[in-house]
Amino acid sequence: MSNATSNTETVHRVSFLDKDSLSIPILKILQADGTTFENAVLPVIDQDLAAKIYDTCVFTRVLDERMLAAQRQGRISFYMTCTGEEAAVVGSVAALDQDDVILAQYREHAAIRYRGFTTEQFMNQMFSNEKDLGKGRQMPIHYGCEALNYQTISSPLATQIPQATGVGYSLKMQGKRNVAICYFGEGAASEGDFHAGLNMAAVLNSPVIFFCRNNGYAISTPTNEQFAGNGIASRGVGYGMHTIRVDGNDMLAVMAATQQARAYALEHNKPVLIEAMTYRLGAHSSSDDPSGYRSKDEEAKWQQHDPVKRFKLWLINKGWLAESDDAAMYEKYREEVLAAVKVAEKLPAPGIDEIIEDVLDEPTPRLKQQLTELKQHIKKYPDSYPRSAGRD
Amino acid sequence: MAKINMLQAINDALTIAMETDDKAVIFGEDVGHFGGVFRATSGLQDKFGRDRCFNTPLTEQGIAGFANGLASNGMTAIAEIQFADYIFPAFDQIVNESAKFRYRSGNEFNVGGITYRTPYGGGIAGGHYHSQSPEAYFTQTPGLKVVVPRNAYQAKGLLLASIRDKNPVVFFEPKRLYRASVGEVPDEAYEIELGKAEVVQEGTDITVLAWGAQMEIVDEAAKMAAKKGISCEVIDLRTLAPWDVDTVAASVKKTGRLVINHEAPLTGGFAGEIAATIQQECFLYLESPISRVCGLDTPYPLIHEKEYMPDALKTFEAIKASMKY
Ligand SMILES: Cc1ncc(C[n+]2csc(CCOP(=O)(O)OP(=O)(O)O)c2C)c(N)n1
Repeated sequence: MSNATSNTETVHRVSFLDKDSLSIPILKILQADGTTFENAVLPVIDQDLAAKIYDTCVFTRVLDERMLAAQRQGRISFYMTCTGEEAAVVGSVAALDQDDVILAQYREHAAIRYRGFTTEQFMNQMFSNEKDLGKGRQMPIHYGCEALNYQTISSPLATQIPQATGVGYSLKMQGKRNVAICYFGEGAASEGDFHAGLNMAAVLNSPVIFFCRNNGYAISTPTNEQFAGNGIASRGVGYGMHTIRVDGNDMLAVMAATQQARAYALEHNKPVLIEAMTYRLGAHSSSDDPSGYRSKDEEAKWQQHDPVKRFKLWLINKGWLAESDDAAMYEKYREEVLAAVKVAEKLPAPGIDEIIEDVLDEPTPRLKQQLTELKQHIKKYPDSYPRSAGRD
Repeated sequence: MAKINMLQAINDALTIAMETDDKAVIFGEDVGHFGGVFRATSGLQDKFGRDRCFNTPLTEQGIAGFANGLASNGMTAIAEIQFADYIFPAFDQIVNESAKFRYRSGNEFNVGGITYRTPYGGGIAGGHYHSQSPEAYFTQTPGLKVVVPRNAYQAKGLLLASIRDKNPVVFFEPKRLYRASVGEVPDEAYEIELGKAEVVQEGTDITVLAWGAQMEIVDEAAKMAAKKGISCEVIDLRTLAPWDVDTVAASVKKTGRLVINHEAPLTGGFAGEIAATIQQECFLYLESPISRVCGLDTPYPLIHEKEYMPDALKTFEAIKASMKY
């Protein structure tokens, strides 16, 4: 039947629907004090998994704190934090299989860490040294790692969303029991690519989890200037997909939703949209100063919903963590990160030959000629090109 | 006359445009209360209200389409695309719609009231996606004007002229000069005519041509050349579409030599168009091949930015090679 809609009810006087016609509940499992809500259905989680999740959170906090400081000292040029959104990112990645493909926006380094990205690998990328998997070509925080099924970050927003639809479809075609997960902010969800990507996924039956971190701001733009509808979740319904809204600062709620989203996506070869309601506690990036567009009071209010603290209280309640172990974890990672910074910043930059690699599968003759000319020029003025001088 | 930087000069031009045209509207990502990520629009929302200066949702496609709609219905649309690297989602609306509105409708409709402002260019450790110079994509589109100022004074006069021009204009702002370029700028309104190049420095031996942020670099190269006794005529093209063939050809007929510098990759860059036209116009006057000093044919790299850049030394070498030819 063409022009099929699922709704067959008819009415005989004008009545409009508005954004409140669709009431979207928010899943909450963990309370502020670290106990769970009565009747809450917990995700599948045991002590080892909980420990890995918490470890990732602590590492991410430390990394953010140290690298922001390193940026202020001029040691790296740029940084973005995940602070305040750890539960959204770690809770979701912990619900996945290692072979599920991640397409992230840029604020999800906790997810690549969870997968096994080492402290050294983080530093090599941020310091653009010769060991950076991305060969020093992109700004700090643009991680990517094939071995960890984490596609390299691209700065243009939302481009990864329709790509995720393609990745999901390819997983299905290749008979893999895996899904794609695509992270993006509520700001990026305004881009045309978002609408194209979701619509295609729903129509083409692609097993992909669209994971929106609704953190309240896109740089300085608050959500009320970003969208007028009922958040991002209502759009999932509009495109005809399974949709859920969760408390993005609640590790267990995010996990539970993502575990079930994954199971559903796999079983039915269909997309799912998760909207995680959270807050960007830090600045947009190291180039931004949020005091120009939001109040300290507002930030302080959200500090009280700190997702890492809430999860920690749950671990302590369960007897899976002791306060003293916690302090030791932070200390261990502070030392580890600092030591890795010192090593990474001393490693040389990638060689000048890298400049023409990977443009195509092989450099064209014209590009080779450009490199030859560039090298001759650098030889003539070695002092003016310190990164490449004296190195072939 | 006050000494101000390029951002302040742009802010000045926008203020005058808003004061003198109550149909003028400014919009884009973060341009409202925040004043844009570079602060070019700061204070404008306070002055002109939220209806005339506002944040849009994060969609360049939407921003350009919205601009087309506004302008087609008689408004003056001044749209900011946060970085020129992010103009591509708006590409269809700009090259297929803004550029063809007038032509395809037999001038029943036009969107001449649009100006797209966007920061472009590298030299700021921005890597691929905060450094590109995409002007050539737009110069190949009939129906658009493409303008690139080199300093605060030029920015104010050219921007005001672009906003008041009866055609859609893509206005590329050299972001590495936003704060670095400080100069005397009149308080009052003035316009610099579009489509006219400026001879910035007269010379007799060779013409050196660039635009925008690269003007600083060719100036430096010309100074290095002067120390070797080479007299450079330095030209700022200012408007790339339509470009001022006459001024450039007259200069090359005088000097017999031409070096063109731009930051975008060599292949398909706008220097190719200039070189082809000038060799046709000036063939019998040329004493050496026209040469181009441009970005490499690679995406804009982060770590090798310095090597990638068509800098003063490379330009100086090209000048010498041309003289020795
Ligand atoms: C196509 C495109 N336009 C603009 C930008 C500049 N930009 C970078 S991040 C950002 C805000 C993104 O907000 P959101 O998607 O909500 O994610 P958040 O930063 O809040 O995590 C903008 C406008 C960009 N990177 N890409």
